[in-house]
Amino acid sequence: MTAVLPREAPPTELEAEQEEEVHAPRRRPPWLLLLPGLLWLALFFLVPMITLASMSLQTGSLQTGYALTWTWSTYTDAWATYGDQLVRSFLYAGSATVLALIIGYPLAYAIAFKAGRWRNLMLVLVIAPFFTSFLIRTLAWKIVLADQGWVVSALQWIGLLGENGRLLATPAAVVLGLTYNFLPFMVLPLYASLEKIDPRLLEAATDLYATPARAFWAVTWPLSIPGVVAGTLLTFIPAAGDYVNVQFLGNPGSQMIGNVIQSRFLTVLDYPVAAALSITVMVTVLVLVLSYVRRVGAKELL
Amino acid sequence: MPDGGSGRLRDLRLAGLRKTFGDFVAVDDLDLTIPAGSFFALLGPSGCGKTTTLRMVAGLELPTSGQVLLGDEDISTLRPYKRPVNTVFQSYALFPHLTIEDNVAFGLRRRGVKDTKRAVGEMLELVELSGFGRRKPGQLSGGQQQRVAVARALINEPEVLLLDEPLGALDLKLRRQMQLELKSIQDRVGSTFVHVTHDQEEAMTMADTIAVMHSGRVEQLGTPRELYERPVSRYVANFLGQSNCLDGTVVDLDGDDTVVDVHGVRLALPGRHGRPGQPQSFGVRPEKAVVVASSATTDPALRNGVPGTVTDVSFTGLSTQYVVRTGWGQELAVFAQNDGTDAAAQRGEQVVVAWRPEHAFPLRDELPTGDAEPAPALATAAP
Repeated sequence: MTAVLPREAPPTELEAEQEEEVHAPRRRPPWLLLLPGLLWLALFFLVPMITLASMSLQTGSLQTGYALTWTWSTYTDAWATYGDQLVRSFLYAGSATVLALIIGYPLAYAIAFKAGRWRNLMLVLVIAPFFTSFLIRTLAWKIVLADQGWVVSALQWIGLLGENGRLLATPAAVVLGLTYNFLPFMVLPLYASLEKIDPRLLEAATDLYATPARAFWAVTWPLSIPGVVAGTLLTFIPAAGDYVNVQFLGNPGSQMIGNVIQSRFLTVLDYPVAAALSITVMVTVLVLVLSYVRRVGAKELL
Repeated sequence: MPDGGSGRLRDLRLAGLRKTFGDFVAVDDLDLTIPAGSFFALLGPSGCGKTTTLRMVAGLELPTSGQVLLGDEDISTLRPYKRPVNTVFQSYALFPHLTIEDNVAFGLRRRGVKDTKRAVGEMLELVELSGFGRRKPGQLSGGQQQRVAVARALINEPEVLLLDEPLGALDLKLRRQMQLELKSIQDRVGSTFVHVTHDQEEAMTMADTIAVMHSGRVEQLGTPRELYERPVSRYVANFLGQSNCLDGTVVDLDGDDTVVDVHGVRLALPGRHGRPGQPQSFGVRPEKAVVVASSATTDPALRNGVPGTVTDVSFTGLSTQYVVRTGWGQELAVFAQNDGTDAAAQRGEQVVVAWRPEHAFPLRDELPTGDAEPAPALATAAP
């Protein structure tokens, strides 16, 4: 085989051309494929972002018009006035995320490892709530948690709630609503990462003297971290900006920052403060997410 | 590392071990003693129950009935993490999120050993992977991962190390090399190795004792040489290498020989088997037979001869393989080693296939029972 291979000769012009053709698509970025997405992002993400940021530094009113005056004090004033709502937003969102993780992890684990032939049905049931509108589901919780509802009576009967205790229009109801609404976003990524775990790894762990509990903490949990990170982010980020749950299930004292932004924009027409609060929430979430992801070490998500 | 003192080790015994999955009998009344410190192979095709047997020893499956014993201790129902048994899994099952060091230290840590550094270092040295400790399994080649899997199991000084097709994922060259490495590791650590494989060459190379399994039962137990030279059944005769199996009727017991009539040809079989009139089968290895010209029989020891016609001749370099069709239509294979004394028979030539009576081995089963006989693979060279 080594003797006669006159293939070392320089490629003929034709061959060179063919080679060019084969490699050419790799050098040129697929602009045409990216174009619709880029246009969409530019129109509906980049332009509004710039408008929002600029609005937060303007002064004026709808009647007189707005002018860019670089008024940074809008921010400090907004923080001073709505600090409570800001902190509350992240507190509620955080609680809902933790609750969703506590409920969602065993659920995802059961679907991935124990469900057998019921697995697909259970997944459909997790997704089923999406077939109804978010608003209607939240309104339904209003009925579930109503003062005359069976949940309240049951809790009163076992003594967890006082005689006149109620659930509706309390922070607890808001957190419960948030947990319920974002649970599928927790369960699905958790399921995806648990389902990928090779059961032979768990056999190997038990073979190497790990009790089932230890095998879980040494193998299953670390391998499911990407799912935990994805699930908590998908729950926390939208929950922090949510205002529907407070509207239906909360009270004026449990307002979140989303409610403030909504009313500043649509009721009070105080655009600069609304914009400043929006930017504040966005930046805070971004910083929280980045530090969280860095700490947990799920770098493949970034 | 195990001290190699065999006093610590106990025999592994399987007593009436049985495992069924629904109607399917995976392992059927298995009785087996695996001596302490031996390198034992369970050999058989996929689905013969060998992996199920291994998993019952590891504790990953519970037997339907029967016992797994270490010495006199019944470990049948002990949870896997309580058995002094470790496994090298088929696809290694290394923990992808842990470094090689942490993978190897896993068993020690679970048993509460605080300082694992020295033991891990020694173990990585044994498998020649020093310097790889900080890498992740994904950064290692298949052969290296295989050695990590061995180290991760051996560091626990198991009484019995179970190897489930450990070399299946490696290419041929690496597999040969790892066979020798595993053998030398076993020599050094002295634990009992139980090796499950479907590769007869691998089993013959590595094991002291082989149990050939078939349909959940042990077909034959013995050293590689015994199994090859004296297979007791058609199944073993064709699973380990290749055999020509002949079926006939006993016509005479002549001294130390049995004379068997095979379609009118009288052939001698060593030893006394059966009584005249009874059916008797026997086999002869293709490399033990020679093709001689019809008339001249040069060697008087070649007392057995079956006439036939050469239907195929293929030269493989190491040997020339003949297929000779007998008068009753059976095809016999003959491997003539390429030793320079070439007197190649041609296709269509009338010849005699001859062998010494002592090279024939009696078979306990009379006629092929369909699935018991693997397709005669004329292309595979005998080891």
